[in-house]
Amino acid sequence: MEDIKYVFDVKKDDFVRAGETSSKVKKILRELGIDSSIIRKISIAAYEAEMNIVIHSTGGQIVLEITPGVIRITANDRGPGIADVELAMKEGYSTATDRVREMGFGAGMGLPNMKRCSDRLYVTSSEGTGTHIVIEVDLKAGEQGE
Amino acid sequence: MLVRDAGEKIGLKLLAGEAGTSREITGVYICDLLSWVMAHAGKGDAWITVQTHANIVAVAALLELGCIIIPEGVEVEEDTLRKAEDEGVPVYQSGLSAYGIAKELYRMGIE
Ligand SMILES: Nc1ncnc2c1ncn2[C@@H]1O[C@H](COP(=O)(O)OP(=O)(O)O)[C@@H](O)[C@H]1O
Ligand SMILES: [Mg+2]
Repeated sequence: MEDIKYVFDVKKDDFVRAGETSSKVKKILRELGIDSSIIRKISIAAYEAEMNIVIHSTGGQIVLEITPGVIRITANDRGPGIADVELAMKEGYSTATDRVREMGFGAGMGLPNMKRCSDRLYVTSSEGTGTHIVIEVDLKAGEQGE
Repeated sequence: MLVRDAGEKIGLKLLAGEAGTSREITGVYICDLLSWVMAHAGKGDAWITVQTHANIVAVAALLELGCIIIPEGVEVEEDTLRKAEDEGVPVYQSGLSAYGIAKELYRMGIE
């Protein structure tokens, strides 16, 4: 299998289209015949990364990369960044507004869900440069489709 | 049990997503926090929630849930129904409470 790369733009505050990028990612992986438990993990992690761009950032991109051993989701946004990444990783920690919480977002479980669903999660962020997240899930023989 | 049969037996009103009603319901999950649903709901679950915005369809499609059931006669936005129709995610409405719906599903053998 050759390396494959897709790039998707994600807009801030667009709650109607939010989730479309993760849906596209899921469809691509299904067409490639990737194992369904791997698709589930990537779908959940990509959804959480996408929603964080919609809710917490000023907009960004999600990148899907498929290589023979690894599926990688990269989420990059233009800011405002996370002041304390360690704190943000804690279950239940959220700075979501009341309006967004009423919609059922802001449980503070997004980053923990990304961690649980990945083999490796890298979060780099600073106020000023934006947030850069890498989610990697390993593919073993038999899980990687044709 | 098929989504369609369950929906008919307990008198749920199908609002959109008929294409998905030949799926199997294998469980029930009740929660209004989306990340919580993402973490805990299982494939084939009937998801009972009072959230009615379009993003619930994305959650249900990503997790391959059986259907979405909106309790207590809560109205559902047009955007949501359009998306449910496109994605083939059944969205039902019921006059019952979440617990009332869960009881009916349990009686039909969904445990
Ligand atoms: N892309 C991002 N840009 C800015 N802040 C973020 C971003 N992602 C997460 N955060 C911060 O980390 C917190 C925790 O994120 P998360 O675990 O996804 O929970 P939630 O989205 O429910 O608040 C957020 O409330 C926010 O303060
Ligand atoms: Mg989040």
